[in-house]
Amino acid sequence: MKRVDHVGYSKKFIADEKHIQFHDKRLWALRTDRDTEVHGIVEWEELRSLASGIKEHTLTHLADYLAEFERNATSNGVVVHWAKDAEEHNRIVYDILTNRKAKVLVKSKSMLTEECEMRPYLEERGITVVETDLGEQIQQLDDEMPAHIVVPSVHKLATDVAKIFSRTIGTDPNESRIPALAEAQRQSTRPLILNADAGMTGCNFAVAETGGVTVCTNEGNADLSSNVPSLHIASIGIEKLIPKLEHLGVFIRMLSRNALGSPITQYTSHFRGPREGGEMHFVLVDNGRSERLGMEDFWYSLKCIRCGACMNTCPVYRRSSGLSYGGVYSGPIGAIINPTFDLKKYSSLPFASTMNGSCTNVCPVRINIHEQIYKWRQIIAEKNELPFVKKEAMKVAGVVLSSPTLFRAAIKSADTAVAILPRAVLYNPLNVWGKHREVPEAPEQTFRDWYLERNKK
Amino acid sequence: MKVALFIPCFINAFFPDVGIATVELLERFGCEVVYPLDQTCCGQPMGNSGCERDAKATEDLFVRNFVGYDYIVAPSGSCVHHIRDHMTAGEQTPELRAVRANTYELVEFLHDVLKVKDFPWAEFPHKVGLHNSCGTLRSLRTAKMSEIEEPFFSKPMALLQNVKGIEFIKPDRPDECCGFGGTFCVTEEPVSAQMGADKVRDHKRNGAEYIVSADSSCLMHQQGCADRLELGLKFIHIAQILNGARA
Repeated sequence: MKRVDHVGYSKKFIADEKHIQFHDKRLWALRTDRDTEVHGIVEWEELRSLASGIKEHTLTHLADYLAEFERNATSNGVVVHWAKDAEEHNRIVYDILTNRKAKVLVKSKSMLTEECEMRPYLEERGITVVETDLGEQIQQLDDEMPAHIVVPSVHKLATDVAKIFSRTIGTDPNESRIPALAEAQRQSTRPLILNADAGMTGCNFAVAETGGVTVCTNEGNADLSSNVPSLHIASIGIEKLIPKLEHLGVFIRMLSRNALGSPITQYTSHFRGPREGGEMHFVLVDNGRSERLGMEDFWYSLKCIRCGACMNTCPVYRRSSGLSYGGVYSGPIGAIINPTFDLKKYSSLPFASTMNGSCTNVCPVRINIHEQIYKWRQIIAEKNELPFVKKEAMKVAGVVLSSPTLFRAAIKSADTAVAILPRAVLYNPLNVWGKHREVPEAPEQTFRDWYLERNKK
Repeated sequence: MKVALFIPCFINAFFPDVGIATVELLERFGCEVVYPLDQTCCGQPMGNSGCERDAKATEDLFVRNFVGYDYIVAPSGSCVHHIRDHMTAGEQTPELRAVRANTYELVEFLHDVLKVKDFPWAEFPHKVGLHNSCGTLRSLRTAKMSEIEEPFFSKPMALLQNVKGIEFIKPDRPDECCGFGGTFCVTEEPVSAQMGADKVRDHKRNGAEYIVSADSSCLMHQQGCADRLELGLKFIHIAQILNGARA
């Protein structure tokens, strides 16, 4: 698989002044709204520790909690399925739909179904899939992946959406007022929901002791999708388990506050069993999670509750957009999750970071994201997935910097001190530094020479 | 008190004045400053690139240069962060562990070890924006971080505020990364330059004449951006102000 070109994409994104300015400001506003909201809770840091502890406990007893969840869900009348990978997940969903002769599936947003690439799988087989979340539908209509976990089309301006809607749902291309666009989407989607054969949701939390799932949304579309049709399928990553209902009190308090700076999502919906005459199916999906759970340095990433706060705070993400990460998960969390799916394809992502650590500070479950980024870099280098130039440069740097005489010779031999910078940092053409930056002036004397001269006196 | 001075490779080559100010400042407080002559680098460029293996020989050399000193001081937060948190390429010998534990960033050393507050020789009647590098802020923990609600503290500000005439401006995003990021500054040039430009504009907009930092690498990058944008901002290392640099 081809390596994701984060630099190339970000370059294009940055060249568009209007988009990047909006994107950076919009996401920074989410970050500051989050600060205001969480700093008002004196026990916030304790909550983070508690949330992290609950997740670590669950993940280290995952098999037991999954079995408990299955038992309880089954006794609630839910049909529980197990999918070892994306393909199996998609096939299970397809089989459930065809058994009921369902042709139209309405769904709320789910990162897992994106991860499994379920939509194209079903569409190829004659099923119409409708994303009912506004942002997610914009992405579907524009044939793009979600660019953010929580606000999937945040990289688009209202004028972009106006163009997409005029092309796909027939609105006026010059109408870019947001309420009008939202209303138009609602009007075009409602009939699809009312006539759908099946509904699908993701899952924010799956509670082992009740066998129920909790879904947090802001548009009510998950409730419509799951309650209007008589068939409800929920796709659940196995890391979504929490042991007890009371633990929801920790996570629900944190999720929307940390994601958007709002005290709670508009809708927090709990699903426990099918309604009379209806069917409810839970598909529990592994798709690499067990393998990740076995990785000593990286299993912590499974604690993620998909709040997206690491993206909002990430200065690199804000200036390159989610699509630049080339995978379903983007931003800092994407940089540490995606390599577990395909190391080669996503080998550039851990380098799309300054390792500034802000992501780790906002993570509600205390994932050491920037430390994992550092560790992924070591693995990528070990597995020979570094670009050749960089690998060779580091070899040379390692030799030069470990030899005082070579080091001093390198400094002296450079035509100007300017040449030292990229040489010392990385053998790289000078013009890369100089594209948008002036080069520092060369001093007459190194510090070492000054020190020697001074000590002679 | 005997202090071994670590002057990182790029400060040695590019910013000798920062090294000189550090020596003079430590001497003002009665430290005997020793500069081991065979020092080169801490290994950070290789470690941060994923090439810890290539960093090992450099880290070994670092230990040979600095073993036996109770205090090793460097005017560079990111290098101290590497030494303290990431010097993990080789076996953790007692010598290596001692060197890692005895290494201090300059501000930390002045604030926590020497516990000095007064710089009567220093005067800097300018509006400055303080840039805390991410290494000093989130790893060495020399100041309050915006993401976490905790009582305000800032070691660099505690030192600087005793400099006569100095005035601090408040940027809109006080601890957003400036985008230097080591090799990131060249491998991810578009984002790095954009972050740098946004950073210096923020300081400029809020009235800064100078940007001051404990990290020359951030300053070098930001100065490159500010000069290209012709913002007329000036850049100075905290050691230089504390040592009494005038404009």
